[in-house]
This record gives sequence, C-alpha cells and structure tokens, in this order.
Amino acid sequence: MNSAAFIIIAVLTLSAALAAATLPRLIHAALSFAVAFVGVAAFYFLLGAEFVGLVQVFVYIGAVAVLIVFTILLTRRDAEKDRGFNWSGVVIALAVFGGLLWSILKTPTFGNVAPKIEPLTVRRIGETLMTDYVWPLQCVGLVLTAALIGALILVMEEKR
Amino acid sequence: MTPTLQLFLIISAALFCIGLLAALSRRHAIFILIGIEMMLAAAGLNFIAFWRFAPQPQPPTGVMVTIFAIAIAAAEAAVGLALVITVYRNYRTTSVDKLDQLKG
Repeated sequence: MNSAAFIIIAVLTLSAALAAATLPRLIHAALSFAVAFVGVAAFYFLLGAEFVGLVQVFVYIGAVAVLIVFTILLTRRDAEKDRGFNWSGVVIALAVFGGLLWSILKTPTFGNVAPKIEPLTVRRIGETLMTDYVWPLQCVGLVLTAALIGALILVMEEKR
Repeated sequence: MTPTLQLFLIISAALFCIGLLAALSRRHAIFILIGIEMMLAAAGLNFIAFWRFAPQPQPPTGVMVTIFAIAIAAAEAAVGLALVITVYRNYRTTSVDKLDQLKG
C-alpha cells in the first residue's frame, strides 16, 4: 500500500467532509459531499476492494448526490443559507472523537501489516452473494422495493 | 511507512465524527441526512479495513456487509429526501427547529 496515496486521499476526504458539514450554502455542501464520497471510494480502491469502490461511486455520486441536489432545488424558496449553527454539536463530536481515538490507540490490533490477498474478483463476490448471502440479498431487494414505493407515496400529490 | 490498520480506523473515526457534527449542529434537514450518510460510509470503511487486514484466506464478509450497507443507505436517502419534500410542501420550511407541533 502506498503511503503517499493514503495521505493525499485522507486529506481530500476529511477536508471535503468538513466542508460539507460546515459550509453555509446548501449547494456547495452537497458538492463537497460528492467529493468526500469520491475520497471514500478511493480508500476502497486502495484497500483492494475495487468492486465496492465502483458501487460507492455509482450509488453515492450517481444517485444520492443527484437526489440531494434535486431536493435542494425543489425546496429552494426556503432560506438559501443555513444560518443556525449549534455549537454544542461541535463539543459532542469532539468528545466522541476523543473517546474513539483513545479506544483505537489502546486496543492491540491483530496485524498492522496488510497480508497478501488474492484479488477479490467480481465473480467471487457474485458467487458469495448467490450462495451464502442469498437470503440477505432477497431481503435487500424487498427493502429497496418498499423504499421506492414508500418514497413515491410520500411525495405524491394528495387528491382533494 | 505503510498505512496501518490503526491509521484507517482513525480516519474512519474522524469521518464518523464529522458526520455526527453535521447531524447534530445544523438546522437544515438535508444537512442532517448528509451527516447520516457520512456516518454510514465511515462504518463501511471500517468493515473494509478490517477485512483487508485480517488473516487470509477468509470469506469476504466485510465486503458483503459494506455492499448491503450501501444498498440500505440508498434506500434511506430516498425515503429521507421524500420526507423533506413533503415537509417542505406542508410547512414551507426545511428547518428542523420549526417542526415542533408535537411538542407538549
């Protein structure tokens, strides 16, 4: 694993995520959200899970980010800027980060050197999905269908 | 120096806390959804990192969990944004502070 690539991706991801969390303009925040998720997908590529990285790009940048931008455009007449900022959230987030950091550094990890792995091919993922994970796969299909129908019913105009 | 498992866990914890910050401190409903998506992505990054650093060979469980988590997150985003649009249509606002009709 390349450490220079790791540092570049880490800085990109965390700064874009911080921008998405703090920028006052909604549309800027949505675009930085997309950049942050490109960074997460790059982490997946770096870790050798190429298929998951591709799925991340397709689902998040292709669908979720576009959906968020559409929602911002549809609810535009509301205040364009988000003025309120609750500082107690910063304190809570910093406290949680401190706790997580403490527990990560205190826990002995089982291996800090990445072992050699055989490449995770799409064929192997498909075989695993269709054998060991066939019931979760069906359940996710059901959940996605229900979510699709539910979202449509929610935004449908009420007949008066 | 190559990236270790701890570094990945720290990055993922930072991403989770930025998501928590966005979900807790912003008033706009869309920001809260963005924060929740970030927290889910941080969890997925943790799963992939643990899968990569675990002793090999082993079944790709971490990868499978991450794929399912991405699917659930997409469903959650669709329903959440539909809720935001419905709330905006009825109340003409998307600020979660103004939605206090059920408050006693």
